[in-house]
Amino acid sequence: MTIDRTSPALSVEKLSVVYGGYHALDEVSVDIAPGEAFGLVGESGSGKSTLLRAVAGLAPVTSGAIRLSGEALKLGRRDKAFYSRVQMVFQDPYGSLHPRQTIDRQLLEPLAVQGIGDGESRILRALDEVGLGSNFRFRYPHQLSGGQRQRVAIARALILEPAILLLDEPTSALDASVQAEVLNLLEQVRRDRNLTFVMVTHDLGVVTHICQRLAVMRSGRMVEELTSADLVAGRVTAPYTRDLMRASEGFRRGERSAA
Amino acid sequence: MSTLLHVEDLRVSFPSRSGMVEAVRGMTFTLGRERLGIVGESGSGKSQTGRAIMGLTPPQARITARRLEFDGIDLLSATPAVRRNLRGGRIAMVLQDPKYSLNPVMSIGRQIVETLRTHESVSRAEARARALDMLAAVQIRDPARVFDLYPHEVSGGMGQRAMIAMMLIAGPELLIADEPTSALDVTVQLEVLSILDRLVADRGMGLIFVSHDLRLVSSFCDRVLVMYAGRVVEEISAAELGNAKHPYTRGLLNCMPTLGTDRHPLPVLDRQPEWRL
Repeated sequence: MTIDRTSPALSVEKLSVVYGGYHALDEVSVDIAPGEAFGLVGESGSGKSTLLRAVAGLAPVTSGAIRLSGEALKLGRRDKAFYSRVQMVFQDPYGSLHPRQTIDRQLLEPLAVQGIGDGESRILRALDEVGLGSNFRFRYPHQLSGGQRQRVAIARALILEPAILLLDEPTSALDASVQAEVLNLLEQVRRDRNLTFVMVTHDLGVVTHICQRLAVMRSGRMVEELTSADLVAGRVTAPYTRDLMRASEGFRRGERSAA
Repeated sequence: MSTLLHVEDLRVSFPSRSGMVEAVRGMTFTLGRERLGIVGESGSGKSQTGRAIMGLTPPQARITARRLEFDGIDLLSATPAVRRNLRGGRIAMVLQDPKYSLNPVMSIGRQIVETLRTHESVSRAEARARALDMLAAVQIRDPARVFDLYPHEVSGGMGQRAMIAMMLIAGPELLIADEPTSALDVTVQLEVLSILDRLVADRGMGLIFVSHDLRLVSSFCDRVLVMYAGRVVEEISAAELGNAKHPYTRGLLNCMPTLGTDRHPLPVLDRQPEWRL
């Protein structure tokens, strides 16, 4: 497979996801450059997760196009080659690991699916990369903490050496202190492997920490696309983005919300 | 300030295969008609502290305390009937996620009425009228419509307001809010918090606000207890949070990425074994 370095790593054009007349995603277009970290923020139901899931093949695309490095993706079932280039990390590490399989078994699965040998050394390397020792290999998910489970989920996504990592609220189920560790890990693997990130989050602090650019979504549409620097400096145009910024500053007494 | 709640050396332990595990290891605090925050990570014992006061500790757990007293009533020796009367009547609790804590097969209005009629003998018509008033008090615009809705028919923010309405309808003196806004969107969080804040202030209730979010708690409460491994490691007034002394508190404050700070990598907590002591 030839990878075109000049075109966006991921390009989405007029993508819509419609569930029985309800537009979960409404003609959204975005280009994400290779090596870029791109954030999607918004409230529940804004379509941010749907966009991620549509790219991953987990939500049915009604219309529109998705391109990986300039190459149009056949919509519908993704092939194996797709999953070796694009992997996903889910929000809830308690729900995204198989409860009755060892960590070893779960890390082996993507390798088996892709027909990649050399499992042993790859698993050890993957565990090492996410900061878990080889003694975690034969444990079950219930024997790990939330942060350790999320590290396993990241290891499982990285073991196929993908170019794009889709992250759906990867730290919102974790404690603040554990969140910091996982965010540091994500930043490091991105640097080491020159990965492209697409990250969904509702936390503006997290998104500006990890991502260079972001889009604010609401009701299935993008209301604003801006750089993290613009957001930090308050150079925003959409009133909804302003609401989100105010909300992220925390509670202030005697203030009626702008509902 | 009259003291509503005395907690002295509260311990909650759970049996496990490797012996008893102490989730709360000697909590001591008193509460008046004020807003107290309890902050800590998962497993720090903050929720179990709230549950022990409420009387919702699972039956296999063992609770001991030198003193656990609500308005002169010893909670540990109180009969189940006394505790039932307190629970929902004088002490109420708002839980994290309205999706799971509301009864899915009962309309919102009926659940609120049920709470009220459990604790006060009022007629159906009066109960309904008071439930509607309460729904209006939590700023639900069309109380009559929401009264007949089921929990799955409302949004998270609306569900949590209904939950607050249900908890406050019997006029409790102490409200325990366990992560009341963690399951909500940020924009909705503030709305729910300001409703809670106003009701607590207007009614002069005592509030225990349990959360993992130190900044949120300190913006909301008068006083904050920081818990680590079942114990309070630091007590500070919310205004003094910036001058927190304990390395754990400072670590918790520091590790959040915030708008406008550029720290790569983020500082992480370096847990010291002596914090557990």
